[in-house]
Amino acid sequence: MIKIYLRNILRFVILVLFQVLVINNIQITPLLNPLIYTLFILLLPFETPGWLLLIVAFVLGISVDIFTNTPGLHTSATVFISVFRPFVLRSIAPRDGYEAGTFPRLAFYGFNWFFRYTLILVFIHHLFFFILEAFGFSNFLFIISRTLLSSFVSVFLIVLSQYIIYRD
Amino acid sequence: MRGLMRILLKYHFGILFIVLEIISLTIYINDTENNKNIILNSSHAIVAGFYNASSHVFEYFNLRKINYQLNKENAELKGKLKSAYKDNEINILDIYDSVYTKKYYHISAKVINNSINKQHNYLTLNKGSKQGVEPEMAVVSPTGIVGIVKEVSNNYSSVISILNTKLNISAKIKRNNYFGSLTWDGNDYTRMLLKEIPNHVERHIGDTIVTSGFSTIFPGGKLIGIISDFSDENNGNFFNIIIELSTDFKNLTYVYIIGNYDKTEQLDLEERTIND
Repeated sequence: MIKIYLRNILRFVILVLFQVLVINNIQITPLLNPLIYTLFILLLPFETPGWLLLIVAFVLGISVDIFTNTPGLHTSATVFISVFRPFVLRSIAPRDGYEAGTFPRLAFYGFNWFFRYTLILVFIHHLFFFILEAFGFSNFLFIISRTLLSSFVSVFLIVLSQYIIYRD
Repeated sequence: MRGLMRILLKYHFGILFIVLEIISLTIYINDTENNKNIILNSSHAIVAGFYNASSHVFEYFNLRKINYQLNKENAELKGKLKSAYKDNEINILDIYDSVYTKKYYHISAKVINNSINKQHNYLTLNKGSKQGVEPEMAVVSPTGIVGIVKEVSNNYSSVISILNTKLNISAKIKRNNYFGSLTWDGNDYTRMLLKEIPNHVERHIGDTIVTSGFSTIFPGGKLIGIISDFSDENNGNFFNIIIELSTDFKNLTYVYIIGNYDKTEQLDLEERTIND
């Protein structure tokens, strides 16, 4: 049990630092703005209670916000997707449900399942984030292209990370 | 009371979500509207420490270009030295000249974090209040203006980049001194818009755009960029100018923070005038 807590805290720190120090330095075009720190929300254990999920999402968002000078922006988007997580998990559950002792990872439920899971949540997160960042719908085409390109790259990086780091 | 508790328990997930979402949206909207950001910004010592450490690594990639820039600037400054001029004076007297007093002072700083692909871009610099940096000071690079200091901690400061849709800067066409307000549309980091220039003003592609010097922040005449295009979607008597920035924000490393000795005097005077 303690091992799970420690592993998640470590993952939190690594993902936040990786996002702000490495991913945020990819500055090719304003259209490309991958946000991969939501991987932390995706990988939380199935049994995580709802209130804990929301609070953890809030803390995660604030941590990224402090680094990027955007108080509240990442926080709102991260809290917003964490409310969807239980519903998404339920709607794409395998026929026999989720087995005890497993985690929402590619290694347990396969590429197809993990890809759909990531795609839905990452897309919602990016869309909400870019609308909020632009503070309106005035430039909708710009928002949509940013969302599509960035979520594509984020999903790619997140799925890739499952092959590189979590091979068990 | 028991009923209320039961409802709270039953819907705690939804209620907590709404509460947290309202808190974060309030913080965000407050920050966007008022531009006041007291607790959460990257001038914090811990956050800036991480950026500082990572900039030590990334700095090496830009060294060639920085050396070239510094070299060029040195050459320009050396040309202004006394030794670069021929001395035609017969009597050499050192006079304290009250016609010229020093108005601006420069602090050099290193950019330890920078972004260009957000709507609200910020920079973090490695100088803070201990080195004499204060909020509302101007930040310029050897090739043009960069931004305005927003918050300072002891050893770091965070700067609003001019590539920030929240920021407006007063700028003018150097050739004829007509001024307008400079904004960024959040799209291309090499271009900005100069708005509110009257229709009759003569303008050519390639004209230099500089700061107007009306505010107490930027000294007048600091380079911003050159005119690359006009946009014809004029609302009435004004038109917009598209400017190509002279600063490459992608490899910004060393900048100067400019302080104004006469700032309080000018602001006091302006405030008194408005209040009358």
